[in-house]
Amino acid sequence: MNAAEPQRAAGEAAQDLVLEIAGLEKTFNPGRSNAVPAISDLYLAVRPREFVSIIGPSGCGKSTLLRLVGGLIKPTGGELSVNGRTAGEARLNRDYGMVFQAAGLLDWRTALRNVELPLELMGWSKLRRRKRAKEMLELVDLGGFASHYPAELSGGMQQRVSIARALSFEPSLLLMDEPFGALDEMTREHMQAELLKIWRETATTVIFITHSIPEAVFLSTRVAVMSPRPARIAAELSIDLPERTPQTRDTEEFFRNVSLVRRTLRSVEGQ
Amino acid sequence: MADPSTTRRARARRTLIFAIFLVVLALLYTGYKAFGQAIDDTQRDWWVVGSFLPRSDDKNMPPVLDILAEFGEAPREGGTTIGRLTLDGALFTLREAAVGFAAGTIIGLAIAVVLLQSRRAERGVLPYVIASQTVPLIAIAPIVVVWGRTGLEFLPWEWQDWMSVSVIATYLTFFPVAVNGLRGLQSPSPEATELMQSYAASRRQVLRRLQLPASLPFLFPALRIAATASVVGAIVGEISAGVRGGLGRLILDFAGKYITGPERLYVAIIGACITGLVAVGVVAAAERLLLTRRGIVAQ
Repeated sequence: MNAAEPQRAAGEAAQDLVLEIAGLEKTFNPGRSNAVPAISDLYLAVRPREFVSIIGPSGCGKSTLLRLVGGLIKPTGGELSVNGRTAGEARLNRDYGMVFQAAGLLDWRTALRNVELPLELMGWSKLRRRKRAKEMLELVDLGGFASHYPAELSGGMQQRVSIARALSFEPSLLLMDEPFGALDEMTREHMQAELLKIWRETATTVIFITHSIPEAVFLSTRVAVMSPRPARIAAELSIDLPERTPQTRDTEEFFRNVSLVRRTLRSVEGQ
Repeated sequence: MADPSTTRRARARRTLIFAIFLVVLALLYTGYKAFGQAIDDTQRDWWVVGSFLPRSDDKNMPPVLDILAEFGEAPREGGTTIGRLTLDGALFTLREAAVGFAAGTIIGLAIAVVLLQSRRAERGVLPYVIASQTVPLIAIAPIVVVWGRTGLEFLPWEWQDWMSVSVIATYLTFFPVAVNGLRGLQSPSPEATELMQSYAASRRQVLRRLQLPASLPFLFPALRIAATASVVGAIVGEISAGVRGGLGRLILDFAGKYITGPERLYVAIIGACITGLVAVGVVAAAERLLLTRRGIVAQ
């Protein structure tokens, strides 16, 4: 249904793509004196089961891009399709699981009931959603904390509940906006390993916003580097690591990839 | 997490503190009474303070024990005791207040939900909600009663005067609920709201699963205010509308006979205080029931 084939996905059939963005434009307050062009002429294509990190200078519009993809705000121009639908349709079709920097759990619900929330909204029966929520908490290693309230969980645990919640209804696309940004370094590395495990087990496609280069390299199959505002994807780097374990962080290849991303980022910022 | 025995101990301690508070209050009262009388008796020695402090006698400050004894007295030989009259009046008033409180809470929440829908509605309507509270209650009370007696024949049930008093109590109750309820409904973070959007939640689902539960910590302080306001509204409503059977009428009667028996009015005042405390207590119990299950133990 998309006539315009994005440049970088040339040669691939449109229906094989989870996300396809071509010539995307987003201007805030368009037509007014305080108009801010946030995104301009942005192309990106994501295949199923990819883990794509989006990295860029702060304030470049990474979060805006994610919210455009998630259908929370509307673009002012260009094409954006998720599984062949518009972002808004995909949102109503519940194609997205979203995880923000703030875990955003409801304080008055236990961990289990927080994971159940989207399933409840989708009209799942109590028995079925309880079973699924328990499985999801197991998946994020929080099986023993089902009846705990968010106030009783650490920041990392809350974020894991948030991930379990986002994955509970098996969305085709997981959108993560600096999910580990508020965590300390140790927890952060642990969570990254955890996320990779979940990604492998659930075969989800992930779009991951971060401003940490090692994080992007460790997690991703591909890193997209954004330019300063008005943002576009200035470069895409495939990350080819033989394996991804905590030891990977100390390997030659890991460092090579990190410095490659760093140099690319620097050259993009210098433009 | 508090275990049952510490909760019980805490409750016992609170009861004890309250009892001590009552005793101190009675002692202060008795102390000032003696002092106020002393000013009168030895005016010359006390002339400095005596010139600007009110004096006291058994008329304006009847002895504490006399007030307590008055609970058991009967105005007519062998008739109902004052304590009993006050209890009956308090129950009558409490019913009016409870109906008014319930109606006021529903109306207040409805207003909050309507105002939540758009900023423009909020900006346009909220000033009128606030202005509604500047209308003197004493002025509207007779209007409501007369209206109830003559204008509501279409209702399937017979309108009674006490219902008019409930309407007056409603008028005082809905306001704090509407204002704080709106703040509470607006309290969820933008992330929480976007998250609900990402699940394609309907407006109604957002209201029920996110906004209403999030509003409870804001709502309960308002409900406490509303509980006392409903009792005060009911008493003032009874007085200004001339409705019989409740504390308002009792206060009016006892005030008229103040010169011959000042203790009675004090009994009625104590009755009104206890009625207000009962109303607040019910709300506080509901709050504890609903909010302690959130991991953060509300005290």
